[in-house]
Amino acid sequence: MAEIETENKIKSEEYFVNMGPQHPAAHGVLRLILTIDGETIVNVDPDLGYIHRSIEKMCERDSYQQIVHLTDRMDYLSSHINNEAVCLAVEKGLQLEIPDRVKVIRTILSELTRLASHQLWWGVMGMDVGALTTYFYAFRDREMINDIFEETCGARLTMNYNIPGGLMYDIHPNFVKRVKEFVAHFKTKLPEYDRLLSGNIIFINRTKGVGVLSREDAISFGVSGPVARGSGFASDVRKRHPYSAYDRVSFKEIVMNEGDTLARYKVRILEMWESLSIIEQLIDNIPEGDHLVPTKAVIKLPKGEFYQRVETARGELGVYINSDGNKNPYRVKFRSPGFSNLSALNHVAKGGKIGDLVSIMASFDFVIPDIDR
Amino acid sequence: MSNEELIKLIDTWGFTLQTTEEGTEFLTFTVRKEDLHEFCRKLKADPATHFDLLFCVTGMDWGNELGVIYHLASTDLKHEIVVKVMTADRETPELDTVCDIWRTAEFHEMEVFDFFGIRFKGHPNLKRLFLTPDWDGYPLRKDYVDEANMVIK
Amino acid sequence: MEMVLIAVAYLLVFAVAGLYLVLLERKVAAWFQLRLGPNRVGPFGLFQTMADALKLVSKEMYGTNRADKFLYNLAPYFPIITALLAMAVLPFSAQFQAFDINIGIFFLLAVSSVGVIGILLGGWASNNKYSLIGAMRSGLQVVSYELSVGLSLLTMVVLTGSLQLSEIIEVQKNGWLIVQGHIPAIIAFVIFMIAGTAETNRAPFDLVEAESELGAGFHTEYSGMKFAYFFLAEFINMFIISAIAVIVFFGGWLSPFGITEEISWFPSVLWFLGKVLIIVFLMMWFRWTFPRLRVDQLLNLEWKYLLPINLFNLVFMAIVVWLGWVITF
Repeated sequence: MAEIETENKIKSEEYFVNMGPQHPAAHGVLRLILTIDGETIVNVDPDLGYIHRSIEKMCERDSYQQIVHLTDRMDYLSSHINNEAVCLAVEKGLQLEIPDRVKVIRTILSELTRLASHQLWWGVMGMDVGALTTYFYAFRDREMINDIFEETCGARLTMNYNIPGGLMYDIHPNFVKRVKEFVAHFKTKLPEYDRLLSGNIIFINRTKGVGVLSREDAISFGVSGPVARGSGFASDVRKRHPYSAYDRVSFKEIVMNEGDTLARYKVRILEMWESLSIIEQLIDNIPEGDHLVPTKAVIKLPKGEFYQRVETARGELGVYINSDGNKNPYRVKFRSPGFSNLSALNHVAKGGKIGDLVSIMASFDFVIPDIDR
Repeated sequence: MSNEELIKLIDTWGFTLQTTEEGTEFLTFTVRKEDLHEFCRKLKADPATHFDLLFCVTGMDWGNELGVIYHLASTDLKHEIVVKVMTADRETPELDTVCDIWRTAEFHEMEVFDFFGIRFKGHPNLKRLFLTPDWDGYPLRKDYVDEANMVIK
Repeated sequence: MEMVLIAVAYLLVFAVAGLYLVLLERKVAAWFQLRLGPNRVGPFGLFQTMADALKLVSKEMYGTNRADKFLYNLAPYFPIITALLAMAVLPFSAQFQAFDINIGIFFLLAVSSVGVIGILLGGWASNNKYSLIGAMRSGLQVVSYELSVGLSLLTMVVLTGSLQLSEIIEVQKNGWLIVQGHIPAIIAFVIFMIAGTAETNRAPFDLVEAESELGAGFHTEYSGMKFAYFFLAEFINMFIISAIAVIVFFGGWLSPFGITEEISWFPSVLWFLGKVLIIVFLMMWFRWTFPRLRVDQLLNLEWKYLLPINLFNLVFMAIVVWLGWVITF
């Protein structure tokens, strides 16, 4: 088609819009500086640091038992899994043999945490796209998980139940019964989620083909978790580098190849089914035994580097501990999944509309304290 | 590839390296800072190694030297190594960027610059990421002193 | 004197209807979201919106510095005045209709078009880049969907042969128009509901209010009573769209099985209000269930789908009337 030349070319300027640290559809305090041309996004520049609490520096001053408590404030929706990561790294350094009971309970709690996080994600994704009712349905079901946590671990969100060597207390006698009730209840509710949102034609139009991330780009940006698995990059740490009790359960790794927002959405919904299946396999056979391997009061890791990776609800969390033999670590680095996923945001959102950015961010599922540490 | 095969292959490339497997679960190469970019490029491009996933970038202050630790993995050949690079210059530390090889390094190198002060040559947008632009000093260095904000036990 | 009384009566109806529609919305939303709505202020929360209105009245009314004072103050009155004008011609019952002009439907459409000016003025006069963008988007949406509203109403006028609202209801004594017109009338109704929801900027077409995290809507710079005006006008518009749907499709103040005269002790205004409330509930149901459309999908929907379907439907209805395939009782 021949280009139509006009006498006076209308110049359109790009302008900056601030998607500020506070927004109604808050994912946390993330400031995005958007450069927009008309309706189309030209550049997304994140400005981080609003909730930076220098956790890595604090870890250099604290003892090994204390740094576990700092980690649940990082990605607060997968706090149990964060705690598990540091405990496993320390146990790797001390070369402790963890009893089976501890491993199985840690896995069950991890999967419950993952379910709770995905439920909240679903509620927020619906809300961001405009279906305001999903938030309430998700929280209604999430409350059941929170109540189970409160009874066993003492807290609803930031569990602090793991310590290097095992669990702080043994599980509550009601734990098994309540988890089984929850699994039975949630299995009837999860199809409701599909009926409300997944099949809705408006929702599909908002998410299909939006924010495509190819597999090479996913690897190059180092994304992990459901974002990577929606782009065809099979990166589930539970399968590649199994830890705790993941080597004795059978579950599918959900991978989709389209790489758009709808694929990431479907990956998370199917992961919720897989988590339910893992919990069912483990809950009836919790082995007897101790809940704790006693360690010395002052833990000193031998000189060396220890790396442990776990699969949080957002992706691969890596804990790198560099120890020089003292009672405090020399350097601790948390490789957070959200940080690497955020680096892909600019690439994915470029060329789309502002409304697309909202649904892309909902599908990436950022928790900003995870990015900022 | 197993660690021995990797060591044999990478030795044939002719870089000045220190190789170790002690004190860590990964095979670790310490490379000179002049060779960093070329070494990393070969690690990714060579089909026998094909390290296409950079999964952890850690800034480090070893007391006398500053440096960066890269954790690399290959998604198809399934091996993992660690590459360390250091510089003794604490006043104006400079290293080459690897963000043209792995795009994730763009953000991670901004973080290392923010906390350690290491400048990356060739980085498209090197600026402070977490701290405010007018922050004085580099907090994660071991000799960082801040009476107001740091609580020392 | 009579005119003053009628004017005051309508203003009262307007205010009360607006307030109670807001409360209804909150209660319906709560019902969908498995919670209770407002239930503390007065029995069943009936005085909740009075409290809200009092709060809004007592807020400080500040304007932006370089806003155009005259236009800024004038803008909120447009939606209110057009809503009142529209309400004035609605037949609440056989005896209760302020103006029964012979161009009833045409007047309604014309008046609702004027309401757009208030939105555009509000966005422009706020002297805020983002208000202007929001206002333009909203104006664009309203103007596009007016076409569909007008065409679907025109389709029904083909069936009735008259623009006068009381005539339209007279014709429906032989069966409601949605039944008389069967297929083309049902298509017209569906399109009217979609376009009507878009006209009033309600979900799933509420991108103007939703993008408020980013480019805020045209009423950002308004506070206190002026904001209340825009807000109330949105709810009254919803009432008016539902009322038009009821009059044109569902028989206005006639009872369901054509027994209006037999049960003349039953005030026909209650039939009217009952049917309007059902359609209002339907619109609220949409809001709390569906996600929202992106701006280009919204315009696509109108220009590529609704408009052609509407034009085809108009011809279809004309053929149906010409061939006499109308169902009458």
